[in-house]
Amino acid sequence: MDQNISTLILNLAYLIGSITFIIGLKMLSHPETARKGNMIAAVGMTIAILGTIFLKVGGDNVAIKYVIIFAGLIIGTVVGFIAAKKVQMTAMPEMVSLFNGMGGACAMLISLIEFHIDDKPAIGKLVIIVLGMIIGTVSFAGSIIAWGKLNGKIKDKTIPGGQIINFILFGGIIILSTVVIGGFAPDLTIYLFYGILSLAAIYGILFVMPIGGADMPVVISLLNSFTGVAAAFGGFLYDNPVMLTGGILVGSAGTILTILMCKAMNRSLKNVLIGSFGGAKAGVAGVAKEQGNFKEISLNDTAVLMAYAQRVMIIPGYGLAVAQAQHTCHELEKILEERGVEVVYGIHPVAGRMPGHMNVLLAEADVPYEKLLEMEDANDQMGSTNVVLILGANDVVNPAAKEDPASPIYGMPILEVEKAEHVIVNKRSMKPGYAGIENELFFRPKTSMLFGDAKKVLQNLIAELKQV
Amino acid sequence: MDFILHLFTEPASYRLITIVILSIFLGIEVISRVPAVLHTPLMSGANAIHGVVIIGAIIVMGEATDIFSQVLGFLAVVLGTLNVVGGFVVTDRMLEMFDKKKKK
Repeated sequence: MDQNISTLILNLAYLIGSITFIIGLKMLSHPETARKGNMIAAVGMTIAILGTIFLKVGGDNVAIKYVIIFAGLIIGTVVGFIAAKKVQMTAMPEMVSLFNGMGGACAMLISLIEFHIDDKPAIGKLVIIVLGMIIGTVSFAGSIIAWGKLNGKIKDKTIPGGQIINFILFGGIIILSTVVIGGFAPDLTIYLFYGILSLAAIYGILFVMPIGGADMPVVISLLNSFTGVAAAFGGFLYDNPVMLTGGILVGSAGTILTILMCKAMNRSLKNVLIGSFGGAKAGVAGVAKEQGNFKEISLNDTAVLMAYAQRVMIIPGYGLAVAQAQHTCHELEKILEERGVEVVYGIHPVAGRMPGHMNVLLAEADVPYEKLLEMEDANDQMGSTNVVLILGANDVVNPAAKEDPASPIYGMPILEVEKAEHVIVNKRSMKPGYAGIENELFFRPKTSMLFGDAKKVLQNLIAELKQV
Repeated sequence: MDFILHLFTEPASYRLITIVILSIFLGIEVISRVPAVLHTPLMSGANAIHGVVIIGAIIVMGEATDIFSQVLGFLAVVLGTLNVVGGFVVTDRMLEMFDKKKKK
């Protein structure tokens, strides 16, 4: 094909890619258009990728290159498709984190190869290669740790002096990068380059390691924007507009999203990164208080209480997700409705492991949309609710957020369950929630505890209800 | 200093900087006011979009001549594709749930 024409088509493909990313992101931020937006961005991405393969790849041994590229594309597509289709709804957050890590690793590898092909590039190119590698590596290492934490493979660890170590690592990365970029030690460049790579990997690991599980969505969102920036460096490297716009869009949108998520939890980003929710300091504030006794309630009493209520509000949390009890929960709701009890769900925006987690989970069980009340509506209706059933939620109903200025979650908006007549809390044990903070709600006079795995308890509750 | 000077005087790099700055504002503008329910799908969708890094992997694959670069390049293509395909499919699955409940 004529060189000019193929360049024209390639540039058009990139332009289409950039435009679909913008439209896609815009549509993704409205519930009605979100799904279509995702599709549009996917189509744009496909066009940009195909354009690159057929109009950009050339040179010697083009056949071999095509074989390798298509082999990679096919493997990635099949594995990615199956993984994404098979993943449980509860495991989606860690899946996103894992995919994010893959993107980071891809950016890292691009820098590695570029450096391998030419280890004495012009200074501008070198800066881009080094920065792209650092950010890609941090994102990769951090995402893998976040993934491991979310699926329970890696436990929260506060490393003594962790912040100082991180600071030193960060300084080390800057110094080594300066030496490499400035060309101060030309003989050592290649070793220094891999030194930077190692430091960045360690930094990524230590950066995520101490952050409490409850804050993981925020961290994933932040790492997501990191990968965006790493992709944008690729755009600089190849003078490629679609990588640049796509990467920067995600970088900036991701940063804003991170801040929005922090706001939903009423925490500052700095707090999330340094304060470590589950850390030792946070625990003390709540525990120091006098705590009374809690009372348990039997399944039978719970069933009776709910059967004769006018309105029951179910407040789901991570416990529901872990127990995979969403379908059983929907069954309970149907049985109660048959008896003329109004059932609604009170959804806290950050209940579960990710914002919107509960909506997705309950939607999977076909719970009607109108039954899911957002926090404000739920709080408005709380006063006329007879029974609140809390299923594995903890921090989002912790009164300390309103009452105890010393509490690490003080100021976070919560579901004010105590306005209801009865509060029944289903938990597996008295252990504190994911944030590691004691919850005084469990000791309040209105509250009764119903211990056990959410799914089993709900199944038994349904059986009891059928007999009432 | 030369580097900075180069960055802002060279037409190509100056153009890129302009794109970057405009894209930053666009990114902020596009997603402010997103409801909390959509935070997770939006993050996941953005995650798929930065999979555009795959294009870099394909380009570098086109430049790769020795085994080392080809092996890493292959790996980069696989990982980038995982990011793109997995990202879009997971996002679609999340949003499918929203669709379903809307219809009822």
